[in-house]
Amino acid sequence: MKIVVCVKQVPDTKGGVKFNPDGTLDRAAMMTIMNPDDKAGLEAALRLKDQYGAEVTVITMGLPKAEDVLREAMAMGADKGILVTDRVLGGADTWATSQTLAGAIRNLEYDLIITGRQAIDGDTAQVGPQISEHLGIPVISYAQKIEVEGDSVIVERQYDDRYHVLKAKMPCLVTALAELNEPRYMTPGGIFDACDAEITVWGRANLVDVEDSNLGLKGSPTQIAKASDKVRKGAGEKVTLDPAEAVDYIVGKLKDKHVI
Amino acid sequence: MNLEEYKGVYVFAQQVDNVINSIAFELIGKGKDLAEALGTTVTAVLVGSDVKGLADELAAYGADKVIVVDDPECKEYRTEPYAHALASVIEKYKPEIFLVGATAIGRDLGPRVSARIHTGLTADCTQLEIGDFPINPIPGKEQKHNQLLMTRPAFGGNTIATIACPDFRPQMATVRPGVMQKRAKVEGAKANIEEFNPGFTPDNKYVEILKVVKAVSDTVDIMDAKILVSGGRGVGSAENFKLLDDLAEVLGATVSCSRAVVDAGWKSKELQVGQTGKTVRPNVYFAIGISGAIQHLAGMEESDIIIAINKDETAPIFDVADYGIVGDLNKILPALTEKLKAEMANKQ
Repeated sequence: MKIVVCVKQVPDTKGGVKFNPDGTLDRAAMMTIMNPDDKAGLEAALRLKDQYGAEVTVITMGLPKAEDVLREAMAMGADKGILVTDRVLGGADTWATSQTLAGAIRNLEYDLIITGRQAIDGDTAQVGPQISEHLGIPVISYAQKIEVEGDSVIVERQYDDRYHVLKAKMPCLVTALAELNEPRYMTPGGIFDACDAEITVWGRANLVDVEDSNLGLKGSPTQIAKASDKVRKGAGEKVTLDPAEAVDYIVGKLKDKHVI
Repeated sequence: MNLEEYKGVYVFAQQVDNVINSIAFELIGKGKDLAEALGTTVTAVLVGSDVKGLADELAAYGADKVIVVDDPECKEYRTEPYAHALASVIEKYKPEIFLVGATAIGRDLGPRVSARIHTGLTADCTQLEIGDFPINPIPGKEQKHNQLLMTRPAFGGNTIATIACPDFRPQMATVRPGVMQKRAKVEGAKANIEEFNPGFTPDNKYVEILKVVKAVSDTVDIMDAKILVSGGRGVGSAENFKLLDDLAEVLGATVSCSRAVVDAGWKSKELQVGQTGKTVRPNVYFAIGISGAIQHLAGMEESDIIIAINKDETAPIFDVADYGIVGDLNKILPALTEKLKAEMANKQ
């Protein structure tokens, strides 16, 4: 079985967020981690590898330094790492990103593609389903359990008040929830090997069946009109009261606001 | 693409088990605002099996027209038949705006549809308005009018971005549930129904539903709660959450928690608010014994009213609280619960 896992290097938002003059994110200026949902997706792939034997290829699109997440993934047990990086790919929205990743994945053989449900920077949850659409394969989003049975995947697909157990013929794309599992740690041997491992680097020329007009900032249907750091609303009233007074105070506010 | 051909505001009227989700009415409500600004109408798109009878309810909340796609293939939500239904509606009717709820269904359906028809999709919007793009004129660049400006938080709420989709139609957005206002319900309204069936031919993209398991656990989704009673490390123990449970029960509220509580094993991860948990926006958020780390604030500061109780007067939670009470939660909560019980009893 061949599994492709899409991962994203995301800013660790604790350090604050910076923008370029054109309103796009200045990713170079921020500390980074492997996106948590993607890491759960990688762990799911590695468990399938442990169980059934599989070749796990990790792919990421980003700046050259996104290579770090590939090495981390390989230190956890992934077999191959592919970095898709090119200036013309910068500033991509989810349409252009999914076009890029689909164009790269078309070079690969795969039974299963796993992406995280969403990344903690954009929170869109769009790229996984959009890749599946471009590749013409089924998608199962919000996976809380993934199993393989013959040539099919059996997935528990989470909804707000229920889950569906779904069966899809492979090839199929599944988007993973962080709750899916507890990702393993990198092993010392894995770290050692990953440092020396060869990372495949692809650029625009390696993308298959993708028009220039669908790539990067220029190929993005959505455009940023305005972006800013959030202005926090600021403190309201702060009172120090004994319990009985505090109760009257809270009940009074709930009444004023027609909560009760 | 001739943008002028695309007219009208369309919303996806999500139903599950033939019950329309509240988000459908919220989208119609917001859709009406947008339609008024554009001088057009709102059409709800209802997809399912044996759902025609639900159309009047959509009219009651303001839908000018309801397109019904009724087919046994659409009985339970599955990505492919639903994506085919919406993409076919869009191809046939050419709406200029198409809104979908940012639910566990909409966030799967929206991207699949937008990718199929090649347009932009803005996720999880909290504000929608009609305006110019670019917002301010830029020399040498055409300023387009009557554009949908879609505002959304990103980076776990640390930033706010306003997005436009000037060159593709429809302009698509998923909209966060619970944010937009419904219009008042007009009893007895009759829908102007148009039936449309694009034909459904199962292919490799149709997945098979082996089982539907309702109510995954006894916990409710904290994102749906109107009132959250949220506890932090200051609550002290798993047992002491009883104080929060009691208060929540009186208010019809749901209990949630901070990360420290999950890490301590007092509550499950499903109930966690914050950057690594869920983003919530209830009408009222009680922050009880929560210090208010920035990662927690990112997940709850959009709440309409924040009431914080903490014994540490320097706790950062007081920086975002509308009403902050410096005091002992162990004394305040039981008394508050009793007082509210009495208030509720009087009202009945």
